[in-house]
Amino acid sequence: MSAEGTILAATTPSGKGRNASGSVTDTLRRLLRMRETGLVLIILVLFIAMSFASPYFLTWNNMRAMAMAFAVEGVVVVGMTILLISGGIDLSVGSVTALAMVIAGLLFLNGVDPWLASGMAIAACTAIGAAMGFFVTRVGLHHFIVSLAVMVIARGLCLLGTGGRPLGLYTLPPEFKFIGQGSIGVIPVVIVIFVVVVVAFDFLLRRTTMFRKVFYTGSNEKAAAYSGIRTKKVVFLTTTLCSALCGVAGIIYMARFGSAQPTFGIGMELNVIAAAVIGGASLSGGSGTIFGAILGTILLSVVSSSLALLDVSVYWQDIIRGSILLTAVTIDHYLNKRRG
Amino acid sequence: MTAGTDDLILEITNLSKSFGPIRALRGVGFQLRKGEIHALAGENGAGKSTLMNIIDGILRADCGEIRLDGQPVTITSPAMAQTLGIGFVHQEIALCPDITVAENIFMAATNSSRAMLMDFRDLERRAAEILRRLGDIDPTAPVRSLSISQQQLVEIAKALTLDCRVLILDEPTAALTEREAQILFGIMHTLAGQGISIIYISHRMVEIFDNCDRVTVLRDGQYIATMNVAETTPGEVVSAMVGRVIDSLYPPKLGKDERSHEIILDVRGLTERKRFRDVSFQLRKGEILGLAGLIGAGRTEIVKGICRLEGEVSGEVSLHGRVLHLVHYADSIAEGIVYLSEDRKGDGLFLDMSIAANVSALSVEQVSTRTGIIDDRRENEQAERLGARLNLRYGHVGQPVSALSGGNQQKVAIAKMLSVNPKVIFLDEPTRGVDVGAKAEIHRILRDLARSGVGIVVISSELPELIGVCDRVLVVREGRIAGEVTGNEMTENRIMHLASLGEQRPVAA
Repeated sequence: MSAEGTILAATTPSGKGRNASGSVTDTLRRLLRMRETGLVLIILVLFIAMSFASPYFLTWNNMRAMAMAFAVEGVVVVGMTILLISGGIDLSVGSVTALAMVIAGLLFLNGVDPWLASGMAIAACTAIGAAMGFFVTRVGLHHFIVSLAVMVIARGLCLLGTGGRPLGLYTLPPEFKFIGQGSIGVIPVVIVIFVVVVVAFDFLLRRTTMFRKVFYTGSNEKAAAYSGIRTKKVVFLTTTLCSALCGVAGIIYMARFGSAQPTFGIGMELNVIAAAVIGGASLSGGSGTIFGAILGTILLSVVSSSLALLDVSVYWQDIIRGSILLTAVTIDHYLNKRRG
Repeated sequence: MTAGTDDLILEITNLSKSFGPIRALRGVGFQLRKGEIHALAGENGAGKSTLMNIIDGILRADCGEIRLDGQPVTITSPAMAQTLGIGFVHQEIALCPDITVAENIFMAATNSSRAMLMDFRDLERRAAEILRRLGDIDPTAPVRSLSISQQQLVEIAKALTLDCRVLILDEPTAALTEREAQILFGIMHTLAGQGISIIYISHRMVEIFDNCDRVTVLRDGQYIATMNVAETTPGEVVSAMVGRVIDSLYPPKLGKDERSHEIILDVRGLTERKRFRDVSFQLRKGEILGLAGLIGAGRTEIVKGICRLEGEVSGEVSLHGRVLHLVHYADSIAEGIVYLSEDRKGDGLFLDMSIAANVSALSVEQVSTRTGIIDDRRENEQAERLGARLNLRYGHVGQPVSALSGGNQQKVAIAKMLSVNPKVIFLDEPTRGVDVGAKAEIHRILRDLARSGVGIVVISSELPELIGVCDRVLVVREGRIAGEVTGNEMTENRIMHLASLGEQRPVAA
């Protein structure tokens, strides 16, 4: 009917794939109405404003530091977005990421090859995700409670394993540290990994049969079941995937820091969920895009970096970030209402 | 009954309401007499809900006047409507499922009372008093444990506590069986006898003509006519609703020479521990088979059991002579046996997703490459093709389903079934909440499908629909097939007799 219908459907996969017969202006109009466009514009405005406000902002070093900051977290955001789309949520991402670091670090210090140690740590995180998936789908508990419990347990394990002190991993071989610290040409490896993960999952989520079922399940679990979709399996897998990606992120962090930090990632879940929601993921499931969520991550990261450059107190930074989240969600709520 | 102005309890003149560019109501008038049952008819989107929402204070009119007892009033909220004596029973049940019937009934009264503490014993006693007029419901039971029809009665009880003078019932029988509906009509007449005026919104002509005094028709946000039911015919009312003459509501049935002995689906000894026992029937090529019965008799459960959607089922199901081994509903879909749910919004559709994504939900694989990548063009083409076949009215296939009307949403749900080229389709209440025009269309679609060799089984609580559409009707009672009716035997009387014969024993709800 009206062009307004498109926006809503655009956050679900097939809305974009409307007949190629639409004219160029039509496509342009649709593009303008997409949330991603709005986010890109806001980020651009911030960039321009900041380049005037601070001479250090638009420097290569600052850009690189900013990119490094959101890249690893971005891997977790991907997992969280997919989980949110399927209707779940995971509060344990911060502590599971730290746990990956601690497990790999401890194994390494006990003589295990760092690559093998990393593989085992990621496997352990995957197992944690599977356990959460079990409690959610088989026992029938809520994601929120299960992941809250796991958040605390995983943090406890981190502290137990390290005695609360960071593990210095000074003997990590250079080819392992390369993941976190090296560059290919001028591009940091971390960014390359980030881009690969994002592009791969963005494609999978938008285009594959497998991930379409994630949308169906999150949009209306009963209708999905009535369409022959094994919804419990879908939720189990998205829960597991999110934790597995936390494991991957933890290993990258370890390579970057050259140490394992048991207290790393406290409060990370809020940042990650906020990024996904600013990018269009709904907490009630069924909508969201990887691209949008990454833009949300970038936005939050640019804001943090700007505030730091402008010498704003750390305490204010939290207040401002929280307000941005609230504003984004409020605007979205009203846009949705108008569409409805 | 003569129509003096002093007879009127509610008088609405020249009411208009716009939502942005959409003019939902244009200068509508409506007059309600004391103690009458006044039907409000019109297709979906005609403006009935908008009008009722204005009367109930949920919406504010742009212009126009509402007079209650001759006094002009401005109703600004549902709470104000309640104090004025206007009770509204919405079509969608809005009760708190975890608290008791009594607490639900007196929710509004409790809300406006000044007492600090709840007097539960008094609450239950008063609830029991009101419920006695409506049927056998335990006031201390949590609402969650009631059937849909019982919940409907609780909604009505809730409206009655407020000393209402005007009671609005929005399609109250949509979720009720014939028998329950009859009880409701009895209650309506009693209330009208006590001087309460009832506005009765319904699509069902039979109900309007059996129970109402007058009928007002709206179309496209405009007032069309008010008629005395005794002086008009269902055909006239339907024509006023759709703005054209509808030649026949139901498509022609299967001719004698068209009958086939070829069996599509053969169900033998289907049993599920609690819900149904030893169900056997055959579905023949070309026919539309109906399943009748009271709510809770097991119709839906049997069908879901066949599709493996629910329950642990034993027994044999064969399709075209081949015994099937089904474990999950996905297996059933793969064999071409699909189920259209009775609850379109709750478990039939993905409302916020696009039409195309809804249509392909049963088998996304079908519009994907072998490597599992969705081909957007094929997915859109599928939706366009099926949309055209079902005469779906929509903007484009990327539109979310929530933007469509009830009838068109139901067509999307049917398109979803057709996407997998099914051999047998079970349709549970396929025309519930669908307007007259779309209803006739859906019936025609079913007939066309049956003619093309697809097995069609329809569950409906609306007996005229079953009788009008089906070639054969099986009556289910207490989890068993109680009988079969065909041809001239297909009367409401005969079906009701079969469905409720075992009435001495309580029917499991």
